[in-house]
Amino acid sequence: MKKTVFLGALTVAGLAAGLVSAGTLDDVKARGTLNCGVSTGVPGFAEPDANGRWQGFDIAVCRAVAAAVLGDNNAIQFVPTTGKTRFTSLASGEIDMLARNTTWTLSRDVDLKFDFVGVNYYDGQGFMVKASTGITSASSPEIDGVTVCIQTGTTSELNLSDHFRSIGMSYEPLPVESGSEAVANYMAGSCDMFTTDRSALAARRATQEVPTDHVVLPEIISKEPLGPLVRHGDNEWGDVVRWTLNALITAEEFGVTAANAEELSEGTNNAEINRLLGSEGTMGEMLGLDADWAKRAIMSEGNYGEIFEANIGAGTIIGLPRGVNAMWTDGGLIYSPPFR
Amino acid sequence: MAENNASFVRHELIKEQVPPVSQRGVVKWVSENLISSPFNVIMTLLSLWIIYSIIVNSAPWFINGIWDAKSVRECYDILDGVSGACFAVLKERFPQLIYGFKYPPTEYWRPNTAVVLLLAALAPVLFRKLPQQLLGFSAIYPFLAYWLIWGGTPLVPVIAFLGLAFGIYCFRRFSARSFAFGVVIAVIAASLFWVLGGYLSEANGTFLALEAVPSRDMGGLMLNLLLGTIACSISIPLGVILALGRQSNMPIIKWICVIFIEFIRGVPLITLLFVANVILAFFFPPDTSIDLILRVIIMMTFFNSAYIAEVVRGGLAALPTGQYEAANSLGLDYAQSMRLIILPQALKISIPGIVNVSVGMLKDTTLVSIISMFDLVGMIRGPILATSEWNGVYWELFGCAAAIFFVICFSVSKYSQWLERQLETSNR
Repeated sequence: MKKTVFLGALTVAGLAAGLVSAGTLDDVKARGTLNCGVSTGVPGFAEPDANGRWQGFDIAVCRAVAAAVLGDNNAIQFVPTTGKTRFTSLASGEIDMLARNTTWTLSRDVDLKFDFVGVNYYDGQGFMVKASTGITSASSPEIDGVTVCIQTGTTSELNLSDHFRSIGMSYEPLPVESGSEAVANYMAGSCDMFTTDRSALAARRATQEVPTDHVVLPEIISKEPLGPLVRHGDNEWGDVVRWTLNALITAEEFGVTAANAEELSEGTNNAEINRLLGSEGTMGEMLGLDADWAKRAIMSEGNYGEIFEANIGAGTIIGLPRGVNAMWTDGGLIYSPPFR
Repeated sequence: MAENNASFVRHELIKEQVPPVSQRGVVKWVSENLISSPFNVIMTLLSLWIIYSIIVNSAPWFINGIWDAKSVRECYDILDGVSGACFAVLKERFPQLIYGFKYPPTEYWRPNTAVVLLLAALAPVLFRKLPQQLLGFSAIYPFLAYWLIWGGTPLVPVIAFLGLAFGIYCFRRFSARSFAFGVVIAVIAASLFWVLGGYLSEANGTFLALEAVPSRDMGGLMLNLLLGTIACSISIPLGVILALGRQSNMPIIKWICVIFIEFIRGVPLITLLFVANVILAFFFPPDTSIDLILRVIIMMTFFNSAYIAEVVRGGLAALPTGQYEAANSLGLDYAQSMRLIILPQALKISIPGIVNVSVGMLKDTTLVSIISMFDLVGMIRGPILATSEWNGVYWELFGCAAAIFFVICFSVSKYSQWLERQLETSNR
């Protein structure tokens, strides 16, 4: 009897939560701040500086959405989440969106009831070893029996076991909680190999005392499309986040930058730019926003390319090349559906 | 006459002589403690070698430590391959380690004042020789600290305090008729006061207001101390009540206490913290959910009070039945006999256990870093190690955290030893 009462209470609470959060867009506007779930810290992607201001590649997505919806890219409550708490935070409505280098997979999309609104970084899992080990390939015989530092609760953990099964070799996992702990263990020699997404590997390698002592192996053992996600079933809100991301990408494609967006918004000969910046068409109105939404999003931290270069690009300490994350016009995978 | 035949009679005492060299000072200590047997000689040499190698290996690291650098790579550049610490991270991120990275820097004086006042408020509780009028300040302190740390208008804590005082006054006034009647009247009176006062404080939200700081912006050591102090100070009285309840003759009260204690003790703290963080959020509609900090404080208080209840129960069980019977034979009622006879003795026995549990609790507050709160350890693990500037500085940061916790916990345990000696009567 007690169990039924408990389940009943749970259902009512769930229904109530569902009803209240039916319109996240309206909730966010009424609240005046965006609750954005971020990681507790990944170099280049999400890191608070010495003044406590969050910045990074994933943070820029949050800021763009806040600028588009609320007109202020600081009207954000950043909610740090760990690999374990991120999905419950989103599902329970504590956060409106999650921008935390999260891999888009079928089970997360379908079974966990989330909607991935797009991909802001195409990543793949790789391996880092010390150069002194002489290992040059993640499928060479000498890696049989290695100890691997691996973050728990991630897709990397599953990919790792798939990879070793496919090459028919054994390994010893050393589970850790965070990337920093993994590097600490790797540096201390507790594990021979550190595996995670290659972007994170590059970032960690770049900050070592002698970066050339460490080698990122050439193999990419998985596809890791990272992107922001929202709760399933609130499509209006999902559309807002999706098209804000698309606006940043389209802006790069058409050369709209934080510096020239204001000027271009007065009207150009390019109809796509005009629709994007609101001087033609009613794109903003369709999304439940005003005409200037995309202009504000772009002026927040720049277009996709500017955000990339400022946070993780070749000019930064992390120094990631654009690679597959180049514009589709440059042979990359970054592509936005048209603004029409 | 026989005496006169004696050839020598000493008429004065021999002056005190210093003991022989082998029986005093350093030589005695060394021969007794270090080289008393071949086995001890070997152990001494081994220990000396270990101490020597620790010093030789770690001293350069401390001495070459860099205090001025912008990033860990700058440290490496300055050191140029020599072993040395990069203490610059502590210097640059010190405020973040202490206050978290969101607390407004202009308001750092507020938590600082709160800590100084905390010592002042604890003094009369900890040292009984101080004038007991100071206890009045201790009673006001929690409300003052709330205003200082969270900010906002002082009307809120003032009204909370006055409501509590009003409730206690009503209880004193009416409990003579019946205990339960007094409690009911007191609860109604206090709630009425709070509701009416709530309108007043809402209407005057800016009266003498300090800049409000939301709970989410608390961090660093401040968060550890906040959680530890609040959880410990609430859980000690709660634990005593639970321990008494567990010994009660009234079945309902007894079973409530037993189930509560056994349930909490049967569940790891980290599970309760996950419940506080993620599960409870499902039960509240979005936007109306209780502060994460408050949820965590509640869980930690429950956890600590269950353990303290068991410690106090041990103290109660250690008292001879004669003490209970003596109290009864004097005609004291339950409250009087507990307050005057049983608890003073039982709590004295329980002090080491209570301090043990409380020190453990203080250290356990670092577990909140796992549910993504930025306490001292959380700040290190997350925002500081994740920056591209300081990624890779482990020993300096974690060593600093360890040193801070050691100082706090060691002082607490020294105090408890002192208190035990103070309360030492004839039992031993």
